[in-house]
Amino acid sequence: MTAQQFFSRLKKIFPEKQILTQDVQLLPYESDALTAFKTKPRAVVLPETEQEVIDAVRLCYEMDVPFVARGSGTSLSGGSLPIKDGLVIALNRLNKIVKLDPQQRIAVVQPGVVNLHITHAAQVHGLYYAPDPSSQLICTIGGNIAFNSGGAHCLKYGMTSNHVLGIRAVLADGTVAEFGSESLDGVGVGADLVGLFVGSEGLFGIALEIIVRLLPKPEKYRTVLAAYDNLGKAGDAVGQVVASGLLPSAMEIMDNLAIQAAEASVNAGYPQDAQGLLIVELEGESEQVESEFEHLEQVIRASGAHEIRVAQSDEERTLIWKGRKGAFSAVGRISPDYVVQDGVVPRSYLGEALTEISRLSKAYDLRVANVFHAGDGNLHPLILYDGKQSGALEKAEALAGEILQLCISLGGSITGEHGVGMEKRDYMGAMFSEVDLEVMQEIRRAFDPKEIANRGKMFPSGEAPALKLHGMHPLEKKGVISRE
Amino acid sequence: MNLQPTNTEELQAVILENKSLLLRGGGTKTALSTVANESMILDMGKINGIIEYEPSEYTFTAYAGTPLRTIVAALAEHGQYLPFDPLLVEKGATIGGTVAANTSGSGRWRYGGVRDFILGIRFVDGQGRSVRSGGKVVKNAAGFDLSKFFVGSIGRFGALVEMTFKVFPQPRHYMTLQMTYAILANAMQAIFALTTSPLETDAVDIETYRDEIVVLIRLGGLETALAGRVERLKNFLSQNSPVEAIEIIEDDLQLWQSVNHLEWASDYSSFIKVPIAPRQVEDLEMKLQLIQSKRRYSAAGNIAWLAINDDSQIAALLNDLQLVGLRILGPADSPFIGQLKGRDMLQRMKQVLDPHNIFGDI
Ligand SMILES: Cc1cc2nc3c(=O)[nH]c(=O)nc-3n(C[C@H](O)[C@H](O)[C@H](O)COP(=O)(O)OP(=O)(O)OC[C@H]3O[C@@H](n4cnc5c(N)ncnc54)[C@H](O)[C@@H]3O)c2cc1C
Repeated sequence: MTAQQFFSRLKKIFPEKQILTQDVQLLPYESDALTAFKTKPRAVVLPETEQEVIDAVRLCYEMDVPFVARGSGTSLSGGSLPIKDGLVIALNRLNKIVKLDPQQRIAVVQPGVVNLHITHAAQVHGLYYAPDPSSQLICTIGGNIAFNSGGAHCLKYGMTSNHVLGIRAVLADGTVAEFGSESLDGVGVGADLVGLFVGSEGLFGIALEIIVRLLPKPEKYRTVLAAYDNLGKAGDAVGQVVASGLLPSAMEIMDNLAIQAAEASVNAGYPQDAQGLLIVELEGESEQVESEFEHLEQVIRASGAHEIRVAQSDEERTLIWKGRKGAFSAVGRISPDYVVQDGVVPRSYLGEALTEISRLSKAYDLRVANVFHAGDGNLHPLILYDGKQSGALEKAEALAGEILQLCISLGGSITGEHGVGMEKRDYMGAMFSEVDLEVMQEIRRAFDPKEIANRGKMFPSGEAPALKLHGMHPLEKKGVISRE
Repeated sequence: MNLQPTNTEELQAVILENKSLLLRGGGTKTALSTVANESMILDMGKINGIIEYEPSEYTFTAYAGTPLRTIVAALAEHGQYLPFDPLLVEKGATIGGTVAANTSGSGRWRYGGVRDFILGIRFVDGQGRSVRSGGKVVKNAAGFDLSKFFVGSIGRFGALVEMTFKVFPQPRHYMTLQMTYAILANAMQAIFALTTSPLETDAVDIETYRDEIVVLIRLGGLETALAGRVERLKNFLSQNSPVEAIEIIEDDLQLWQSVNHLEWASDYSSFIKVPIAPRQVEDLEMKLQLIQSKRRYSAAGNIAWLAINDDSQIAALLNDLQLVGLRILGPADSPFIGQLKGRDMLQRMKQVLDPHNIFGDI
């Protein structure tokens, strides 16, 4: 097959203006938010109908051209990085909310719908879409499905997978498949194909239409800030809250570096002397939340916090979250470059893991800031370095690797929500056996016999593209998005 | 004679030595664990026990053959529970069978079903390979999520050996509100009002087999708030549709236990689960009324449970509505009734995990 043949076929599917081939047009698609990697695709197509997506996939399959589905390109693990000479299928124009049924609490959406737009559409009915990645202003449901994305408020009601009821998808060989339904219990008759598809990192095919479930907006929130004179103590407090039998909707931790950076940029009113700051939020029916709140205060007092603040108004709550959600980007701004990991440890080992990370930080002589989803043990260490110094990137990468090994040795995982993508594929072997990986490969080939969907991602591989500098997502620099 | 391996190695050997096997946990779900052909029974009952339970972590790992009863008791000692409310606990159902049949009970309404709590599994596939997926922590995005895939797989893709779950603190107190309606439409109107309100409920069941339509709504939480919440719910529901009678059941444990054991369905030989959308309740009920049977709808109308003797007419009916049912009790022939979705993808998974079709057709 020649490039010419491919293009002439492509033009039969898409009007010319929906095909991008010139260098300047391709530039924005060369990386995702893991800016260390860059690859130029052969072309980018901008489908406006489901049929165009299906036809594009079928063409790729027939002509053996690898493709990458792309939402908003905010993947932090190189998931939406193009494949050399491959096709990028950008789904942002498939952005319709097809149906919203408040009584059944569901929405049917196209893959390019932005996460937060579902909540915007649902809120007139008192409903919302629960998973809230910090990138929710721009990231798409298609991308969320690929990575089973989470957010600060996924502790009580789960991640993306727990909110998807049905999917129609085009598999990598061009077959269109439909599974799940509008029922809350519609998956899991004959096996749960929705559960399998969500988190498959775009390796099986492209989601075309998705049924998500909506939740009623909680009546009441109680948001508590607790300051500790040492980070390990804050980590231990998480275990104590969990063990107390409370079920908060969010539990987040920031360390001193993150607090300072957040204060400088947002002025959230955090206690600046704290070495560890714990944010706990309860939500639900008023009476129940008030009762739980009394209980929570006792647990937090007993955990050795030297200062406790409770949001007294909606404005104060919003400010606390603004500081938290902006902390990541704020830390990014105080360093020329950084790498971020998202390993997971069992919650009762949080104190231990944080102490070890701070020891490693000293040993490597690199600053590490911690801002993370503590309630489910999902660390987000930001390793700060200056890429202009020779060897600094390699040192940061080595430290990041040690943190991932630490997570594995404590019985955790190499990724809680950012996915394996390009970045962590070489750590898969540390978590899974050869047989586990072999079975996963076979499953992948069952849906994608030619390995054309997201080729080179997720599975360990010898050659990796050269690492360049790590830095902020361009939209982050502009302050359009922030991360957790 | 049943095959009863006691560990993974024996299990692998059994799978490699046999041509046709039917997996059995506690044998409580007769339609799924009784042989209809020349298969041998592969009984997982001897691979049992809790492997790891860390109360402060709110997770546990157990072997597939572990009776739910054992797990429920261990969790209760620490005030914890399985929020998906698995069926047939006291009848001897196992955790492996619960995952395979995807039998979440009425309590799944509050926080989700089996799929929402399973974190990791190890299984032996049809080629004798011992495979792990997922992990032991509450959040994990590495690798394909085979743990969820196995939920509802009725033993057709491999033998689950062990699995890890997250659990939640059990509400300290419960109360149930029993609402009686003259017609189903009134009940559904009340339920739709409830599900779009911020009022939190643990179970919402509809019973259509009594003289009138009965809706049972369970609330759980801290004692100090519970009575007030029930009162509020009662007023809310009374305002939203015409109700005939309201009763508050303070001591509701037995009531829900009997639902868990399917006592209401015990005078029928077949028992079928049909996931439906709440909007389909009235239509389905109208059609089923014409067939001698008993129906219950749980999770606010998201699951229909059907107790029936002769289910020969059901397939056509479910096909019409593009629904699929799973026969849990009753004759052991084809377990799926109606339209199974994603069959092509299931076949492909079958090719990978059980290419010699040892574990039976989908
Ligand atoms: C500032 C910032 C903050 C972030 N915060 C969080 C956070 O809190 N939690 C979190 O989990 N993640 C977070 N992320 C990561 C990222 O936003 C998520 O992974 C998100 O789901 C990606 O969505 P996207 O639309 O940008 O997808 P893309 O980056 O475009 O694509 C991601 C992957 O999805 C695949 N894909 C896209 N569409 C489809 C489809 N329709 N069908 C199948 N596969 C598809 C792509 O091939 C790719 O592999 C953050 C990222 C940034 C930059």
